Amino acid sequence: MRLRSTLTVSFRALRRNVLRSLLTALGIIVGVGAVIAMVSIGNGAKSVVEAQIASLGENVLLVFSGSFNQGGARSGAFGAGTLTVEDAEAIKREVTTVIGVSPEVRSSAQILANGLNWSTQILGEGADYLTIRVWPLSDGVMFSEADVRSVGKVCVIGQTIATQLFPDGSAVGQVLRIKAQPFKVVGVLAAKGLSVQGQDQDDLVIVPYTSAMRRVSKQTMLRSISVQASSPDTMTLAQNDIVALLRQRHRTAEGSDDFTVRSQVEIAQAATATADTMTGLLGAVAGVSLIVGGIGIMNIMLVSVTERTREIGIRLAVGAHGREIQLQFLTESIVLSVLGGTIGILAGIGASELVSHLKGWPTLVSPTAVVVAFFFSAAVGMIFGYYPARKASLLDPIDALRYE
Amino acid sequence: MSAVVKLEDIHRIYDSGEVKVHAVRGVSLELHKGEFMAVMGASGSGKSTLMNTLGCLDRPTSGRYLLDGVDIAGLDRNELADLRNEKLGFVFQGFNLLSRTTALENVELPMLYGRRRISHRDMQERAEHCLEIVGLAARADHFPSQLSGGQQQRVAIARALVNNPQVLLADEPTGNLDSKTAVEVMGVFQKLNEQGITIVMVTHELDIAHYCRRNLIMRDGKVVSDVQVTDRLSADDELRKLHAAEAAAKLTA
Repeated sequence: MRLRSTLTVSFRALRRNVLRSLLTALGIIVGVGAVIAMVSIGNGAKSVVEAQIASLGENVLLVFSGSFNQGGARSGAFGAGTLTVEDAEAIKREVTTVIGVSPEVRSSAQILANGLNWSTQILGEGADYLTIRVWPLSDGVMFSEADVRSVGKVCVIGQTIATQLFPDGSAVGQVLRIKAQPFKVVGVLAAKGLSVQGQDQDDLVIVPYTSAMRRVSKQTMLRSISVQASSPDTMTLAQNDIVALLRQRHRTAEGSDDFTVRSQVEIAQAATATADTMTGLLGAVAGVSLIVGGIGIMNIMLVSVTERTREIGIRLAVGAHGREIQLQFLTESIVLSVLGGTIGILAGIGASELVSHLKGWPTLVSPTAVVVAFFFSAAVGMIFGYYPARKASLLDPIDALRYE
Repeated sequence: MSAVVKLEDIHRIYDSGEVKVHAVRGVSLELHKGEFMAVMGASGSGKSTLMNTLGCLDRPTSGRYLLDGVDIAGLDRNELADLRNEKLGFVFQGFNLLSRTTALENVELPMLYGRRRISHRDMQERAEHCLEIVGLAARADHFPSQLSGGQQQRVAIARALVNNPQVLLADEPTGNLDSKTAVEVMGVFQKLNEQGITIVMVTHELDIAHYCRRNLIMRDGKVVSDVQVTDRLSADDELRKLHAAEAAAKLTA
């Protein structure tokens, strides 16, 4: 079998009917383009979610105080502060795979500075908090462990607070008042933007948890504890150890825990599952159009075989083998579909660029989708080209030559 | 000299269910190198079936066919195709050129299916050479739609020649041409025959048969007459006469 001659013959045949070749390939172009664009959009959405999850920090485990049962009345999640500062200290002390712990309390308050005021969320955190969350400062420093121990009147503020309360110049070194108590601003956080839920993550003030508990909200229990494991591999181990430790400390049995330990991985999985489903759905719908494109190719190839019966007769008469005729038509359909696939990939990338440009949606072209779409389109050409090619190869030369 | 084509008691029966059509009933003949034979007969006389058999497009129901010493009885579909490619050249009534394909590429076609590897450059040179033989070197890059009927048939002849066949088979090559063009095409055949190429052609025009050396007449699947042509016409002479007549017509008009 001389591949080069067959390719020559196929290309000549396609070149003879450029418009029809392009129209035939159009089905594949649209199909592949749609797959690429849809998957890009789906992936873009997923990447946003993933970025949000990553913003939780590195190897983070979150211990939430859970519901508790008192005389048959059950509280909701976070309902009771069941976690204590001692719990947090115990975790830090006894779980060896943990490298950072930050107890957390939350409350909201009206804060004042420069004659301006603003209602915001006050987070009480440990000194490790920013390290755990991998949240850099744009200015100043984080309060220290000493500030935590001394119930210091220091705070770190988000970008929104900085613009709202300190519109002119640097906020670091300035003083703001929370519940009439002065707190010195030691650092300004880098901007983080909106969360997946649409909340402004920069609208907050972080103070040492000790200060939050005693000076701001008079809470005695923790809302949650952020824990950082030493590496991704030790997360499961750390999680199990924390659960065991807290059960021991709280004297609870499995099933009646008054706390919940969630790993970042679990949260990420839950959040990306939706995005994955979305991508899958979009891809499947686009995939259907690829099949339709394939049927289009088959249709045109069948028409082409009938229309070119005499040509096939001539080729057989001058010595073509049935296999060569088959290969010619198969090559034609594969060339059409691969050509369509290539143009479709470019069109899909273009379309996703356009979407992100016009709609402002984030898109992410998936190399896997590109490769899969390319080979899938080649496979479509092969599968849907096979029957017409086979039909052509089985023609009898005498009948084919006489065909009108 | 051994025969290029040798038929021994060839029968061909078409079996289409209940009706059996006995198209060729016992034909034996020999064709030697350099012969130029016309096969004539009314439609249904079996001449097309005989041509298909000679062209290895069809197998006889019984009888022996030796082409260049090869018995085709034992060959499969692909081996027959190879035989057609190497030893036979076909010229059809309807030209059967590939449309939207240049004359040169049409002539290259049989080489694309040859078992021997030929480089692209050689292919092109050989195709150009064959176009030159039929006097169409200047039209190599024309498409069939841009050529007259006679020119198209000459491209078809060039295509038939390109693999140096043992026998050139022509099925009513002048059937679609006007009489003057037909004479021109016969001139091409005569020139090729003088160079030693064996030609078999089917025709139902008696005057066209007169350009050949041998006339075979078939009726009801049998050969009823097989004679050498005595008063053979020369296409060159006839063309000259035609030109003279045309010139005269213009002079007197």
